[in-house]
Amino acid sequence: MRGALRSNGPLAILPLTLTLSPKGEREHTEGCIESTMSDKAKQKPRGKINAYFTHHLWVLVSSLGVLWRTPLATLMTAAVIGIALALPAGLHVLLQNVQQLSTGWEGTAQMSLFLKSGVPETRIKALADKLRNWEGVAEVRYISREQALAEFRAQSGFGGALDSLDENPLPAVLVIRPTAEAAEPAQMELLLGKVQKLEPVDLAQLDMEWVRRLAGIIELGKRGVLLLGGLLGLAILLVVGNTIRLTILGRRQEIIVTKLIGATNAFIRRPFLYTGFWYGLMGAVLAWLLVASLLGLLSDPVSRLSFLYNSDFSLGGLGLETVLILLGSGIGLGLLGSWLAVGRHLQEIEPT
Amino acid sequence: MIKFDNVNKRYPGGHEALSGVSFHLQAGEMAFLTGHSGAGKSSLLKLIACIERASRGNVIIDGQNLTRLKNRHIPALRRKIGVVFQNHNLLYDRTVYDNVALPLIIAGYHQSEVGRRVRAALDKVGLLGKERLMPITLSGGEQQRVGIARAVVNRPPLLLADEPTGNLDPELSREIMGLFEQFNQVGVSVLIATHDHDLISRLDHRLLTLDHGRLARDGRTTEMLHAQTG
Repeated sequence: MRGALRSNGPLAILPLTLTLSPKGEREHTEGCIESTMSDKAKQKPRGKINAYFTHHLWVLVSSLGVLWRTPLATLMTAAVIGIALALPAGLHVLLQNVQQLSTGWEGTAQMSLFLKSGVPETRIKALADKLRNWEGVAEVRYISREQALAEFRAQSGFGGALDSLDENPLPAVLVIRPTAEAAEPAQMELLLGKVQKLEPVDLAQLDMEWVRRLAGIIELGKRGVLLLGGLLGLAILLVVGNTIRLTILGRRQEIIVTKLIGATNAFIRRPFLYTGFWYGLMGAVLAWLLVASLLGLLSDPVSRLSFLYNSDFSLGGLGLETVLILLGSGIGLGLLGSWLAVGRHLQEIEPT
Repeated sequence: MIKFDNVNKRYPGGHEALSGVSFHLQAGEMAFLTGHSGAGKSSLLKLIACIERASRGNVIIDGQNLTRLKNRHIPALRRKIGVVFQNHNLLYDRTVYDNVALPLIIAGYHQSEVGRRVRAALDKVGLLGKERLMPITLSGGEQQRVGIARAVVNRPPLLLADEPTGNLDPELSREIMGLFEQFNQVGVSVLIATHDHDLISRLDHRLLTLDHGRLARDGRTTEMLHAQTG
């Protein structure tokens, strides 16, 4: 039994640092035993509320102290939690960056209306004017058949081939650039549907189709990160729960003795919950450091690459919100994991 | 303080540890509980501290009927009972001071109050100079006195002891018994389970004798002496 009690468990809740003041204590000595039942008023503990918070603070600090005494074991548990948190957090940040990048491109989204051949120029110009007044349309550019031909001739290098044709095969085109607010995929889709119905329009095409697809992929990625985060969160619960379970079993005799002395379940639970809290917090901080250093390693190459693409894009770091969510979920999972373990195993440990 | 009313305790498997036990220990009374090994002494003490529940009958402690006591009220009951164990049940990773302070910390006493009471209790059992020591460095008798200090530090109205002198020599045993008598003199109800006849025959207190789970005799320790000799 002594072996079981030797180690410094999280139940080490007592104020070990309490200093003793030997002065003037003798006079109280007699009173200790003599007033057992008669004066209930005297028995009432003074400043219970204050003592309660002092006790909480003490347990908070002492449970950290207990973890501190076994640094390697603590670090390993925290590292498992840290890695499990860093994975979804890192992916989340990367996705955010991709989204950032693609919103920049959505601004360049435009729509091409290929007009039926034989529509007179005056009608096209009137249509362009009409479109300019539409909501969500920022600019309408008219490319006549001749202009299109000249452009094609200049860019494609098939000028000679075109010359052999009897007539210009290219249609006239109206290019619509949407306003910034209307540039998002759903609105563009709506606009596309509307212009499609215009009588002189042969074919309307969204030039930035791939932006929408990218948005879809990002959406899918976000869902994936959420699912991954959920799974890894479950893993963290199990890791913390199991660690706490082993601690509880190691303190079995201690728990029995404190129960015999009249400790409530809340009192016994407390140090274990705080241990879970510390594991979660350490894991979250570790995850933060991991993601931050990974981003730090990536940021230089990314900047260089984007420079080559004539872009001033640079990798965004962990925002305050993400950090808070990271810390919150780490602490929450640590607490929940230990709560589950304690709830399950404290019932089993009863004095016999 | 303790009232047993036709109490039966049957363990799973059919062993009947106590059957039809009735007695009443008044507040402020001191009694010994004796009987052969396996007579049911420990079972009886466990029923009082609500470690076990009676199978039949009523156990009433300080006006509370334990058969109907909800689990969440057990801690409050146990704080009213100081228990001294044969194996001390001390926590060996803490100092004497911290061991004795534990009931007060559990009850939520203020630190200054804790210090005062712990020193008073340690002084009472004659260990005032040893509060910084670890229990493992103390002798068996001293460890037992730490256990007693822990049992009385919260000033419980009832003190239970399960073979408190089990591992001690006669000299130390008499000292420990003397301590229990002192607590009794200031109003604590005391119930001591022991098989040490030599020791209790020299003291004049109530004596409950268990025999195979039944209360065989309820009288004075001096009567026991007469019964044996004559």
